[in-house]
Amino acid sequence: MRDLHPRLLVVACVLGAILALALVAGCAKPQPPPLTGMPPPPSAGQPPAPEGEPIKIGAIFSVTGPGAPLGEPEALTAKMVQDDVNKAGGINGRPLEIIIEDDHTEEADAVLAAKKLIEQDEVCAIVGPTMSGTSLAILDGCEKAEVPLFACAASAKITTPVKKWVFSSAQTDVLAVARIVVYLKEQDIKKVAIICDSNAFGQSGAEQLKLQLAEAGIEIVDEEKFATKDTDMTAQLTKIKAKAPEAVICWGTNPGPAVIAKNMKSLGMQAQCINSHGIANKTFIDLAGDAAEGVILPCGKLLVADALPDDDPQKAVLLEFREKYEAHSGKPANTFAGHAYDSLQIVINAIEEAGEDRAAIRDAIEATQEHVGTGGIFNLSADDHNGLTEQGFTIVKIENGTWVELD
Amino acid sequence: MQTSELLQYLVTGVTVGSVYALVALGFTIIYNATGIINFAQGEFVVLGGLVFYSLYVVANVPLVLALVVAVLIVAAIGLLMERLAIRPLIRSPVIVLIIITVATSVLLRGAAKLVWGPESLAVPTFSGDKSIFIGGAALQLQYLWVLGLTALAVFGVRLFFDHTLVGKAMQACAINPDAARLAGISVSRMVQGSFALSAALSGLAGVVISPITFASYDGGTILALKGFCGAIIGGLGNGLGAVVGGLFIGVLEKLGIGLAPEGYAGLQDAFAFIVLLLVLFLRPGGLFGTERAEGV
Repeated sequence: MRDLHPRLLVVACVLGAILALALVAGCAKPQPPPLTGMPPPPSAGQPPAPEGEPIKIGAIFSVTGPGAPLGEPEALTAKMVQDDVNKAGGINGRPLEIIIEDDHTEEADAVLAAKKLIEQDEVCAIVGPTMSGTSLAILDGCEKAEVPLFACAASAKITTPVKKWVFSSAQTDVLAVARIVVYLKEQDIKKVAIICDSNAFGQSGAEQLKLQLAEAGIEIVDEEKFATKDTDMTAQLTKIKAKAPEAVICWGTNPGPAVIAKNMKSLGMQAQCINSHGIANKTFIDLAGDAAEGVILPCGKLLVADALPDDDPQKAVLLEFREKYEAHSGKPANTFAGHAYDSLQIVINAIEEAGEDRAAIRDAIEATQEHVGTGGIFNLSADDHNGLTEQGFTIVKIENGTWVELD
Repeated sequence: MQTSELLQYLVTGVTVGSVYALVALGFTIIYNATGIINFAQGEFVVLGGLVFYSLYVVANVPLVLALVVAVLIVAAIGLLMERLAIRPLIRSPVIVLIIITVATSVLLRGAAKLVWGPESLAVPTFSGDKSIFIGGAALQLQYLWVLGLTALAVFGVRLFFDHTLVGKAMQACAINPDAARLAGISVSRMVQGSFALSAALSGLAGVVISPITFASYDGGTILALKGFCGAIIGGLGNGLGAVVGGLFIGVLEKLGIGLAPEGYAGLQDAFAFIVLLLVLFLRPGGLFGTERAEGV
């Protein structure tokens, strides 16, 4: 240290301290709402403040890692729902506490988070995870521990075959692929290539695509994969380009699909770019820029809520959610935040009805009928733990940086 | 396979490989000066891209100025890392110092996440989204920036080591620190310089590649691993070898995807490591392995 300039040392120490502080702040757990002290007297017209032991719901979201564009809005939604419920008097007069864990988009971390929530926090239900891979990773744990799990991920494998304790609020890839097949038939497209993320969501999508495209008599001329963190897909697309498909169907969540859209444009590919509902957020448009123009995707109705006819049963719910979310977070609402909202609403309704017993909550969730959510109208039953139909889906094209309904 | 396809794999491979080459060169410079493998090398690339994003996209600083300032800031971070993390423990065994670089990489990644957030950030290309088509292969204009600036940087580093007093002093420290000290060279200053130079190169790689790959706080690990493979394949400690090794990995990766049977392209990250293993088995000294320069 002998030739260390004193001024440099000061600067270095200050910078180091800032870094350390920032890290500590970033790692701090969200604080539960204060329980002690005198509750403010309920004023006229306002529900009384909730009191007593909080009712705990666990939430596992991919707040960081490649799933962050989905998981971060979901975490924001959970905070918003917690605030709203507590402002409105809590659940049956008791405060709601949503304990949010970040799984870093890693299966192993999701498993640890689930273990912590179940054993340490003793939550009465878990909402999330964000991604298909992380959701599939914790299914068995929740089944064994007999804890209701309401996932926000789209792989059909999460709810088929039906598992007693596991539900999901995202429209499944079965429905999404079906919607795409309808579009392909309308456009009379006969030759497609598929390029799917090698993660659970992408591969579950690839399976569905192969199955349903074969049934529809549409030929898959090439099938490619990419890794979630890949930043250049030129090589895969070069292979696809040589096979001259009429459309390229990409299955993944950002940034991968945005890279693909950009690479397709720079390679001068003319094929129609079709994507999954995994890119139904502004992130894709922000990342892909000009290359996003003309991309087709199936998605929930949230993105096109304004354009819905007034008699659409979901319109009111969608507009209300969007307004609340945007006021709370200062960011545009997106489909994935909607999945967390739907999951939480159904779980909270079930707790209101059934109390804190995990088995009773599970039964109440399964009995949910005609619940109008952001992703569609949920009709859950012993045979269907997703409860959505094509009704909640639409197909859109990206034009001038926004989504335009094609129907 | 058509020639246009082959050409496309080569073009993309060389471009991606340029980034690995710069990272590999960064590894080599620090290794030669200290014997340390710096696992925070990938974070320098990431920081280059992120700082450039802040300057070029958020603050609207003109391109060249943003590029230079971003590289300088990353160099300063490299300098700071050496002062705060390496220097106080320089007398510890090399393995301890290497673990410190791992810790530094985690710290830098966490800090980057807090400052720039968890999402990927889009950086516009330097001169438009157009591509030039050569023999059926598309060459993005940004590729030319990557290739040109990489060549310039590699050439500059070469000149620096061979033709400047500081460069020669740095080399002297790598070869024999005690003799260098006797000759009046401040070894600690040279070590510091090596960190700054190495960080600057990686920062540059981060800046030029960001319009192609997006800038994201967590992109560093895989880049560091690929660059490390490049450095090892080229014979650790050999600057030219590192550059060739990096390019080699890039081309191999893209060709691997192209030649792999349908459905196996997801293995692209594995190709680099398979080749690394092969090289280590067959030629443990690397493809260009010479006697390694002694560390400080």
